[in-house]
Amino acid sequence: MAIKIVERRPLSLAEKTYLPQIIAGLKVTWDNLVKPPVTLQYPDERPVIPTGYRGVPTLVRDPHGREKCVSCQLCEFVCPPKAIRITPGEILETADNNHVEKAPKEFEINMLRCIYCGLCQEVCPEEAIWLQGQYSMTGKTREEMVNNKAKLYELGGTLPDSHYKWDKKKAEAERQQHGHH
Amino acid sequence: MIEQLLNDLVLSPAWYYTAARGLLVIVILMSIAAYSVLLERKASAWIQGRVGPNRTNHPLIAWIPLFGNVLMRGGFIQPAADGLKFLFKEDALPGHVRKTFYVLAPCVALAPALISLVMLPFGELPSGQIITLCPGADIGVLFMFAISSLGVYGIALAGWAANSKYPFLGAIRGSAQLISYELAMGLSVLTVFLATATPDQNNALSLVSMVKAQTGAWNILYHPVAALIFLICVFAEANRHPFDMPESETDLVGGFHTEYGAFKFGLFFVAEYSHMVIGSSLFILMFLGGWHILPWLPTVGTGIVATLLGLGSFFFKLAAFLFFFVWVRWTVPRFRYDQVMRIGWRVLLPIAVVNLLVYFIWYAVKG
Repeated sequence: MAIKIVERRPLSLAEKTYLPQIIAGLKVTWDNLVKPPVTLQYPDERPVIPTGYRGVPTLVRDPHGREKCVSCQLCEFVCPPKAIRITPGEILETADNNHVEKAPKEFEINMLRCIYCGLCQEVCPEEAIWLQGQYSMTGKTREEMVNNKAKLYELGGTLPDSHYKWDKKKAEAERQQHGHH
Repeated sequence: MIEQLLNDLVLSPAWYYTAARGLLVIVILMSIAAYSVLLERKASAWIQGRVGPNRTNHPLIAWIPLFGNVLMRGGFIQPAADGLKFLFKEDALPGHVRKTFYVLAPCVALAPALISLVMLPFGELPSGQIITLCPGADIGVLFMFAISSLGVYGIALAGWAANSKYPFLGAIRGSAQLISYELAMGLSVLTVFLATATPDQNNALSLVSMVKAQTGAWNILYHPVAALIFLICVFAEANRHPFDMPESETDLVGGFHTEYGAFKFGLFFVAEYSHMVIGSSLFILMFLGGWHILPWLPTVGTGIVATLLGLGSFFFKLAAFLFFFVWVRWTVPRFRYDQVMRIGWRVLLPIAVVNLLVYFIWYAVKG
């Protein structure tokens, strides 16, 4: 047991008057007083959000503008507070991206339930749902606090894609089809 | 007889004049008190690295091009907003209080602060007349001590009328503290009287003659110990940190005003700041040369210029002193109650007695 016995000196006469300490304290507070404030004037000045910040969950598109979500509903199942509600839908035959399996018809995240845990982002096999830099959600009604699909894409925007998984799949399928011929 | 009385009240010009002067001084004191609240909030913010109130504004003032913005950023509209808030809040009357005394207490707290104002001299007119409410009173200091220590009755009454434990403890602490520090305060001032009351002086207790006696050196230079004791006692009398025993938010919730809200609390608030103003004014008049600008530099300029400079000097010193109050509050933690009592009785009082004796012997030997 390492016990360190701290020596308690009796106070000197000057210390007993409290005055030197008070004057030293006044100097400390004066130094702080002349320093510029450290606070941010919040609504006027916004904080710099670091990359990797986990704010409001959003849906993103890839650089070609394709919506990445394939409505596998993994995020809906993993979501601990059950904030996500997905209505799966088919992709039209005529659409550019009909090589992708499916797309959500409607995608709702209830921000009154969301706990910002980020499990949806972790579980997503398509890297389609991202918790991004927006940190404040306000609304005057409960309905306003539910982000629908349009709102989610508006918030999410476009993120870079290093895989282009579905393009590769399409190319592969075309190549195989070509090889059979 | 009634006709005569009415005649005197309404038609006598002296009456109007006195009432107007009284109102003017009360308005000035109230605005100084209100703005020292602002000073408190701003200075505490600066010390803590914050900005302080800077949002309150009124459309009419916001309309002024650049100055309106400066006023808003400086928080200069804040005291008005605070006052209005106090005025329009619901004035709740708790069921368990002793109603009459509960309502009476804030008035009893504020009244002494306003009464002791009548003795305060602010400056000197070119004709040699003193700017004060009650000119020619030759017992200024005595009167102010007597009246301003009545302020504790408001605290005691509030604590008792609130019929609840925290206010009661706060009131007891306040009374004990006042009694302990009043003694040392009076004794420390006596040395200044000794210096002022030369045999040819017949109204040495007046604040005016005290200021006039400081035309050369200020008293703080000749009586540093007395000044220090007086300073500490002023803090204790005004119930300011580090001696805010009756209030002590952390251990007594709000102390004597725990049960008060709305405008009644506002009155206590103003009373506290008025006590600060009066204590600071006393210190300035007795130790810091009153309206003299610098030691050995009694007047600058002549006539009205000298008067204005003197007034400016007094109010500058007052502002600096109020800032000092605030600065100390946000620096020094509160003393424990037993420490307060020990400092008062076992440190300040003996030092004040010894100090008085030394000066007494010195003046006796010097003759």
